[in-house]
Amino acid sequence: MNVPATTWQTIGPFFKIGLSWLYRDNLAAPGVSGERVEIAGRILDGDGKPVPDGIVEIWQADSHGKYAHPDDPQEKSAEPGFRGYGRVPTDDEGRFCFTTIKPGRVPGPDGKLQAPHLAVSVFTRGLLRRLITRIYLPDEPSNAEDFALNLVDAGRRDTLIARKIEGRAGALEWNVILQGVGETVFFDV
Amino acid sequence: MNKIPGYRHYVAGTQPNHLHRPYVSSIKRAPLQALVPLPQTLSEITGPVFEPEILDVKACDLTRQHSGEPLGERIIVSGRVLDENSRPVPQTLVEIWQANAAGRYLHSWDQHNAPLDPNFTGCGHTMTDSEGRYRFVTIRPGEYPWGNHDNAWRPAHIHFSLWGPAFATRLVTQMYFQGDPLLPFDPIFNCTDDEKARNRLISQFDWETTIPSQALGFRFDIFLSGRESTPMETHSHGEKP
Repeated sequence: MNVPATTWQTIGPFFKIGLSWLYRDNLAAPGVSGERVEIAGRILDGDGKPVPDGIVEIWQADSHGKYAHPDDPQEKSAEPGFRGYGRVPTDDEGRFCFTTIKPGRVPGPDGKLQAPHLAVSVFTRGLLRRLITRIYLPDEPSNAEDFALNLVDAGRRDTLIARKIEGRAGALEWNVILQGVGETVFFDV
Repeated sequence: MNKIPGYRHYVAGTQPNHLHRPYVSSIKRAPLQALVPLPQTLSEITGPVFEPEILDVKACDLTRQHSGEPLGERIIVSGRVLDENSRPVPQTLVEIWQANAAGRYLHSWDQHNAPLDPNFTGCGHTMTDSEGRYRFVTIRPGEYPWGNHDNAWRPAHIHFSLWGPAFATRLVTQMYFQGDPLLPFDPIFNCTDDEKARNRLISQFDWETTIPSQALGFRFDIFLSGRESTPMETHSHGEKP
């Protein structure tokens, strides 16, 4: 019997009650290999106003490009202690922040490796279903050949690439603009 | 070359558009640009795996998280998590949150002047068993007013968050109750064109899970995106397609 997937509904404003037990803002436990990065930003609405009732969820590979998941067929073992999962809420100013390691490159659909990236889900009150996007890293030569980035109009690609914060090693800024000028690229998977 | 099936796209009409004007909060938050179609890769067909050890065993009974019993009508909410081929989704995390019996959330932003219940937090989680079954004991949530439009009231509902096996199968939804007179007027429940799809958000009263002298049972089966029948192709580094 085929039954279509259940309809999405918004998380509403009160999700903290049910989702805060799994908030994870540090994906990089001590001892996990890889270059540490801190990614901070804001979720902003179509008026540029901060979204204080949002959540960003992260899924990423370890520093060797291996996912901690049984369906990753690559013949290498996943980094012990690295789960690749993050969930961070926004604060009253719409800000979120998490610490992780730079993911390794994982295979893409075209026989080439993808550029290092984090798969991201954005949930807020007012979003009837999640928005799917990706975070890429700055100064990464492989970005130029990444198949997903190349699906995106050149003028909008930079919405997917985090920016370095000058003077702070490993600190990156990446914002989610839900609507309007500078609107973040969201994917349909 | 490895062949791993990806997950199906949603059936047309069964999912809400991001912009749904009757739901006022969507107007400034829905993206206006078209979503960019992204073929699924290893990043989308894998996803977080949660170990059963992270579970709080008390979290599946929302009536026993405090020293006393919460007020309201005790209910059993149970069902199965299945994929679109009706195959069970085992060992997947199910998270829920809800208002108390008076229609008030334990949240600093909830200004509804209904009483809080010191014996009810309104959050729970559990993991499906090998047959995809889950079960919560809770309190029937109350309806409550909200600011969407004049005299707006949300029908009674329980929020559900599910993971499934992959990033692509993530689902957040709400469960409703049969016969709720507010359903025809609720812009969130009505955000989806397909009436059958909407109605599958309504739980069914269930004698089988009703416990005599204790609690009524409501059944809510949840369907996550199923595997494509044709596998997507992944290539290891250096292999020719």
